[in-house]
Amino acid sequence: MSEAGTNYINHEKGIMSWLTTVDHKRIGLMYLWSAVAALAAGGFFALMIRFQLMSPENDLISKQTYNQAFTLHGVIMVFLFIIPSIPAALGNFVLPIQVGAKDVAFPRMNLASYYIYVVGSIMALAAIALPYFIEGWKPLDAGWTFYAPYSKQTAGPVILMTMAAFVLGFSSIFTGLNFIVTIHKLRVKGMGWYKMPLMLWALYATSILQVLATPVIGITLLLLAMERVLDIGIFDPAKGGDPVLFQHFFWFYSHPAVYIMILPGMGVISELISTFCKKVIFGYNAIANSSIAIAVISFFVWGHHMFLSQQTTFSSMVFSFLTFGVAIPSAIKIFNWVATLYRGSIDLKTPMCYALSFLFLFTIGGLTGLYLGTLSTDIILHDTYFVVAHFHYVMFGGTVIAFFGGLHFWWPKMYGVMYNEFWGRLACGIIFIGFNMTFFSQFFLGSTGMPRRYHSYAGDAHVAETWKSMSGLSTMGAVILGCGIAIMFINLLISLKTGKKAPRNPWGATTLEWETQSPPVHENFEEEPKFTREPYSY
Amino acid sequence: MSSHNTAKIEVDKSQFAERNVSHHFVDADQEFDSCKMGMWLFLLTEILLFGGLFVAYVVFRTWHPETWEAGAEHLDWKMGAVNTGILIASSVTMALAIRQAQLNDKKGTVMLLLATVLLASGFLVVKYFEYTHKFHLGIFPGGDNYMFPGKHLSNEFIYFSIYYMMTGLHVLHVLFGMAGIIWVTLRAAKGEFYSAYYTPVEMVGLYWHLVDLIWIFLFPLLYLTK
Repeated sequence: MSEAGTNYINHEKGIMSWLTTVDHKRIGLMYLWSAVAALAAGGFFALMIRFQLMSPENDLISKQTYNQAFTLHGVIMVFLFIIPSIPAALGNFVLPIQVGAKDVAFPRMNLASYYIYVVGSIMALAAIALPYFIEGWKPLDAGWTFYAPYSKQTAGPVILMTMAAFVLGFSSIFTGLNFIVTIHKLRVKGMGWYKMPLMLWALYATSILQVLATPVIGITLLLLAMERVLDIGIFDPAKGGDPVLFQHFFWFYSHPAVYIMILPGMGVISELISTFCKKVIFGYNAIANSSIAIAVISFFVWGHHMFLSQQTTFSSMVFSFLTFGVAIPSAIKIFNWVATLYRGSIDLKTPMCYALSFLFLFTIGGLTGLYLGTLSTDIILHDTYFVVAHFHYVMFGGTVIAFFGGLHFWWPKMYGVMYNEFWGRLACGIIFIGFNMTFFSQFFLGSTGMPRRYHSYAGDAHVAETWKSMSGLSTMGAVILGCGIAIMFINLLISLKTGKKAPRNPWGATTLEWETQSPPVHENFEEEPKFTREPYSY
Repeated sequence: MSSHNTAKIEVDKSQFAERNVSHHFVDADQEFDSCKMGMWLFLLTEILLFGGLFVAYVVFRTWHPETWEAGAEHLDWKMGAVNTGILIASSVTMALAIRQAQLNDKKGTVMLLLATVLLASGFLVVKYFEYTHKFHLGIFPGGDNYMFPGKHLSNEFIYFSIYYMMTGLHVLHVLFGMAGIIWVTLRAAKGEFYSAYYTPVEMVGLYWHLVDLIWIFLFPLLYLTK
């Protein structure tokens, strides 16, 4: 089929061969580096926020700039980095190989999804940059949630930014649709549903959420834009409209969206833990089914973001109850992973270090979520740093750590080189320490009542000292965290030049992507793949 | 699973263009099934897109039934009924076009597709008269643009906000559908579709039926509320 020594990276050359490719592996890499660029931009704004909050009455940046910084941090990290990070970058790369196919079901649509992502990103960046160049435009300051009626009144380029999110939504839908059809129709002969790698179950559940939830945010943002252009009055209380309806619409998407972000991470962790324990995963069916359970339940918990809106106490109680329900499948996964570790031959390679970090951090993130799902505690903790800390423990401690672990796991497959284990582990350790310093301190800030999104804080006498010291600690942690991430990427990039050549299966893993060469040939397998061995059969 | 209709129909290959299955599919059945599933998933996203508007409709109608009474008076149910008839007829011609493609009837396919486009244009013409009539009365979308002199209620315009959003989004879908139908018509005229390959006709057909179906919900909800 292909000559010796050729692979998907070098079989065609030139920039055009990348820009017009329909190969899922190349599209995955393009997504990967775009998402990493977004991570850098979002991280820059995060550091800006942290430096401002380092001391109570800091005036490093103005209030307006501060509002802009947290808006941009949120929008970039959520829409441009986390959502595409695991599914569109890693998922695109491994999913078709794991099912034993040559490509996703609709390769051209896959490329289209990338370009739509690029267009959406450019629109988002324009919304960020244009206010500095065009007279009369005000910077964007409505937060990533765009709550009405403020988002109707503010002078920032809300329409451009919401249309950017609308466009990015299409990219997300296309990826999800492609994955669902690929998993349904393109599996290699013999691979039944319950013989799929757990990564595929996770991506499948994610895709269902992407396909079902994203259109709802699409119409919401369209209505918001119309609200600004035509003044249609649906969300504006001054016109007899209902701002809480906007919140319902927004969270009907955005709550499932946090599972769009975490579920793929859970898939990665299942692969890592089994591979580096050299042991069959404990409770395969439970992990697979809990992915679907999370996808289903997550559609019925959105009201827990709105306990303090005008929602009735009864509906708040129902949403609170259902929120506890969604914790069950997540806990099932954690218990199964821990049970897999038990008596496994644990090999502390870099990906496994990330997997163990994930177990710690995600557990803290998950449990603190229950504080917020409980009505009485949420009333106190609502809109405080406790929420910020919880969210980052789940999204960063969960998804991003899993993304880093997955990146190290599949790096040899993507580029055919091994990175330096020492620096890889060291970076993981620095990230773990920096992360906890940054965000654990914020639990203290939140539980003493420090509100989120404030530009400066003095606090009452009895909390002033806590707020000052914990904010300082958090900022120091953020710097350490940033250094850790930089070391991680430098280590990976150096391996491209100097890394040892990777064998087909450097980790001794059992799924199909490790049976092809590293990096794989253009159409994934040198010869027709055969499903001979169930995943995790060590 | 496959619904290919290849049974006992002699195909004169010279009439039709050569075509290979895309490189990443095992065979034509797998390709057809995948496309069909993909299209159904896409239709699901469309339903959810309109779903947001239906929810807004229910919320505001429940809260302000009097607004709905007042607003619906300005809609002419006869116009709506004519348009409903037109769209149902266009769905029939679309379904028949798929059938003719399966039967290797190139001319019939093209003619039926053209009939579908024609009916869709008819829908737009009726919609144009409805919109311009409202503009004439001063019923524009949006609170500040609503200049109907005989208005009774302060929030009457919200009914029309929802009316314009729903029908406007639907008109956009009609336009996309027409573009799709014209695209398959051109391909059909080149002889690309026959009993073993008519996937694009069927996919565009599915989309068109959805456009029709959404209107079938919009018509009673907006025009027949009294």
